[in-house]
Amino acid sequence: MYDIAIIGAGVIGAMCSRALSRYKLKVCILEKESDVAMGATAANSGIVHAGFDAVEDTLKAKLNVLGAQMMPQIAKELGVEYKNNGSLVIGYDESDKEKLEMLYNRGVANGVKELRLLNYDELKALEPNISDDAKYALLAPTAGIICPYSLAISAIGNAMDNGVDLMLDFAVESISFDENEYSIKSSNGKEVKSRYVINACGVHSDDVATLAGDDSFSVKPRKGEYILLDKECGGLVNHTIFTTPSDKGKGILVSPTAHGNVILGPTSVFIDDKENKATAPDGFDSIISSAKSMVSNIQFGKTITSFCGLRAVGDTGDFIINSNKPNFINIAGIESPGLSASPAIAEYVLDMLKSMGLKLEINEKYNPFREPYNKFSKLSQLEKNEMIKQNPDYGKIICRCETVTKGEILDALRRNPKPTTLDGIKRRTRASMGRCQGGFCYPYLVEILSDELGIPYSEVTKFGGESIINIGTTKGEIKYEK
Amino acid sequence: MTKNITCIVCPKGCKITVEHNNGEIINVDGYTCKRGYSYACDETIDPKRTITTTMKNIYGATVSVKTDKPIKKGLMFECMKVINSTVVKFPVHIGDILIKNILDTDVNIVATSNAYLWK
Amino acid sequence: MKSNVDLVIIGGGPAGMSAAVSAYESGIRDILILERDSSLGGILQQCIHNGFGLHKFNEELTGPEYAWKYEEKVRKLEIPFKLNTMVLEINKDKQVTAINSEDGIFTIQAKAIILAMGCRERPKGALNISGSRPAGIFTAGTAQKFVNMKGYMPGKNVVILGSGDIGLIMARRMTLEGAKVKAVCELMPYSGGLERNIEQCLRDFDIPLKLSCTVAEIHGKDRLEGVTIASVDANRRIIPETKEYIECDTLLLSVGLLPENELTKSSGIEIDSITSGAFVNQDRETMIDGIFACGNVLHVHDLVDNVSEEAEIAGRASAEYIMHGNEKNIDISVKTDGRVRYSVPQKITRRDDTTLFFRVSNIYENVKIYVSHNGNEIFSKKKIKVAPGEMESILLKKACLEGINSGELILGLEVL
Repeated sequence: MYDIAIIGAGVIGAMCSRALSRYKLKVCILEKESDVAMGATAANSGIVHAGFDAVEDTLKAKLNVLGAQMMPQIAKELGVEYKNNGSLVIGYDESDKEKLEMLYNRGVANGVKELRLLNYDELKALEPNISDDAKYALLAPTAGIICPYSLAISAIGNAMDNGVDLMLDFAVESISFDENEYSIKSSNGKEVKSRYVINACGVHSDDVATLAGDDSFSVKPRKGEYILLDKECGGLVNHTIFTTPSDKGKGILVSPTAHGNVILGPTSVFIDDKENKATAPDGFDSIISSAKSMVSNIQFGKTITSFCGLRAVGDTGDFIINSNKPNFINIAGIESPGLSASPAIAEYVLDMLKSMGLKLEINEKYNPFREPYNKFSKLSQLEKNEMIKQNPDYGKIICRCETVTKGEILDALRRNPKPTTLDGIKRRTRASMGRCQGGFCYPYLVEILSDELGIPYSEVTKFGGESIINIGTTKGEIKYEK
Repeated sequence: MTKNITCIVCPKGCKITVEHNNGEIINVDGYTCKRGYSYACDETIDPKRTITTTMKNIYGATVSVKTDKPIKKGLMFECMKVINSTVVKFPVHIGDILIKNILDTDVNIVATSNAYLWK
Repeated sequence: MKSNVDLVIIGGGPAGMSAAVSAYESGIRDILILERDSSLGGILQQCIHNGFGLHKFNEELTGPEYAWKYEEKVRKLEIPFKLNTMVLEINKDKQVTAINSEDGIFTIQAKAIILAMGCRERPKGALNISGSRPAGIFTAGTAQKFVNMKGYMPGKNVVILGSGDIGLIMARRMTLEGAKVKAVCELMPYSGGLERNIEQCLRDFDIPLKLSCTVAEIHGKDRLEGVTIASVDANRRIIPETKEYIECDTLLLSVGLLPENELTKSSGIEIDSITSGAFVNQDRETMIDGIFACGNVLHVHDLVDNVSEEAEIAGRASAEYIMHGNEKNIDISVKTDGRVRYSVPQKITRRDDTTLFFRVSNIYENVKIYVSHNGNEIFSKKKIKVAPGEMESILLKKACLEGINSGELILGLEVL
């Protein structure tokens, strides 16, 4: 019997679980996929927005500004790459200029610090590659960039180290409530009982709410496609560059990522299928043409991958954080600036739980700190050599593009939350995330996973389910002697 | 009869035309070397191919092998069946005959790489 | 661990081994080959097909056999090499920093360096193919490693995008192991692979080669379930009405090779945007004195025999450099006319017999290959056919360069 069951292991579930692990509570996270951070958390811009976009007094505005303020400290505690690179909204004409002034005023009202309106010369001095057509800009020095899935994985790992349970491959099929106790059943026959439930299911949060008898809201998936450029293009822009928002939304951005790549996107298209992460050719075309109009000298030929994420767009225009059933909290419609707001959302939900009568007793053993996945790469040469001496696996490079050692991969495989797939290794260590996209290291990674998990090669998957890499052997099955 | 052949002897890939009468060579055109000439004749009368593949062993790794001469084109898949059902014992050295006289063709399967118990 | 070595060679594949042997034979003894794999041989280890060595050894060898010929020499000459060793950085002062399990991270001061890191395959990301992102999509070389080195089968029903040689070779390889290769799609109107590979890897097995055709969309949630292929127009845009669905569980990509020049770039060596390799002179010396490059790291070759030969040039020249310094008495740039895409070397710094290796940008028939200086033709040669898939070369005799000390040579093509 758990005190709290969190459904969904995206960044929202992650932040909630970590916040709850500060207290003496029995908490579990239920996730339908084979790893955490597989939904929108794995495929978004990775921007910590300053907080001038959302209309005053909305949850989006309040929680964004607060969350963005909390983010640097959280990233530090969790050992996640975060850079306070600042953002720029650029404008081309007088009408854009007016909108930028409106955003400035809104930002000030929302409590965003250090906002400044820039003229052409000031803008050009900050960003030499910016399009010559850009005449004005709104500078938000407090904005930043973070690796979203690292944040979620590390937060869940930290929560687990502090006592939270994680159940993967747990696709919720039914939820029933009886005498102050929820029973949550999965499609593969597992059951979890809990006094409180947090629904943090992203695009599926309305479906899960419905299972609990709450039809009060709906969520639609809006796909966003991205193009990721090689680290060689890393110096293209320093800030995250947005265009002035139009009726069609925020438009696409051009930004460095926390790991030094350049990200272009996202597109914005409502779709019906909540599982359809297919990219479309017109999506790429629109990213390329928009990005070109914003920034010059973009080397599209240095694209290393493209992908698609699904935003969970609620039907209220604001984040939907409420409770319509006893001890059941919805956190839904967490589209942008959801990542930025996530630490504040967790605190907000904590307050809701408190007011619902949940007793919060401090967990003295709570440790907010966690060693980063890339600890080895941050060491001095002397320290690295000491580590290689103790464990020769740190001297064996597996991913040449991102310089990831076997030691780091084994370390990631043995830490919470333990990955069981190639994508799991990728998101933790960056192995196969570089310019060759696994062409070189996949055979090694398959071997390492197969050894570590004690499964044959032909059972190693990319991301769980049927996503196997090799279907069998060339010469039929033979019993190998080790 | 005329047969048009793309020579596979070397990377040049010469286009060779062979005139023949039911396999009896009348004229060969377009070749630029002796090997090409004889390949074109063989290809007209009795096409042959070198097979390169791997063989399994009890330690999990594979050993690369080839036919030591070209084998009748039509026998390729049958030949693969025999190769795939044979298990090699280590150590193996380049040139070792691993299957002798495969399918009674007078062609041997030989190792093209070295494989030892401990690398 | 020695901290000073005369000649450090980065990469123990065909280029690195051949360079080492020729440097040794030219008088250098203090050599160290750094190889990241657990054995010498480089990519040849997984190229188990035949067709190597006709030029160099006058016999038809498989990749591992060709590599072994050089490995034997390296071992016999007792040229030192370190396996499982990854070079992390080189700098213009010729310091090489590397990592392995035994020595940790170490730095060696070299008198000369030969870059022989080879190339890698262009990944799928660069193609922006739309659709989902399931498992079952591999570069042809990765699949080759799984099949030939590990004995694992990536899939049973295969479509191949790109008709580069590795793709063609893998079409045959997968077929022999029982897979059904349903089509090879090539974006260009001609194949990027050798004629003989189209013959013996595709036609032998009735595998269709679809020219001016590409993969328009990827289908499947977890594992690949199929691809939509489509013809492209002259501007390589998809023609929607030609779309066709093919059921498959595997998509192999053979869409080009890229020299692996991360180290080269980090040392500040200038890279030719067309070859994606360093600018070099006739000695395969980069713009930094004493740093040489050869093999696929310099420009992508179709024949390993040419790689070995190029590496011999670099090996000899590096020995010369270490012992006496290289003579430089002229300063000529070699430019190309566009029909000829690139030339290696891009510079000539010594008046000597010089072979220019080059590739053309399209298929041309009945051509004159020429070299001119200030509008004067100093060399010409006729050729029946040239194609982008095949590297060409011409020998510029020392006499051709008589009286030319500087300026530009233009290497070009005239269609007759």
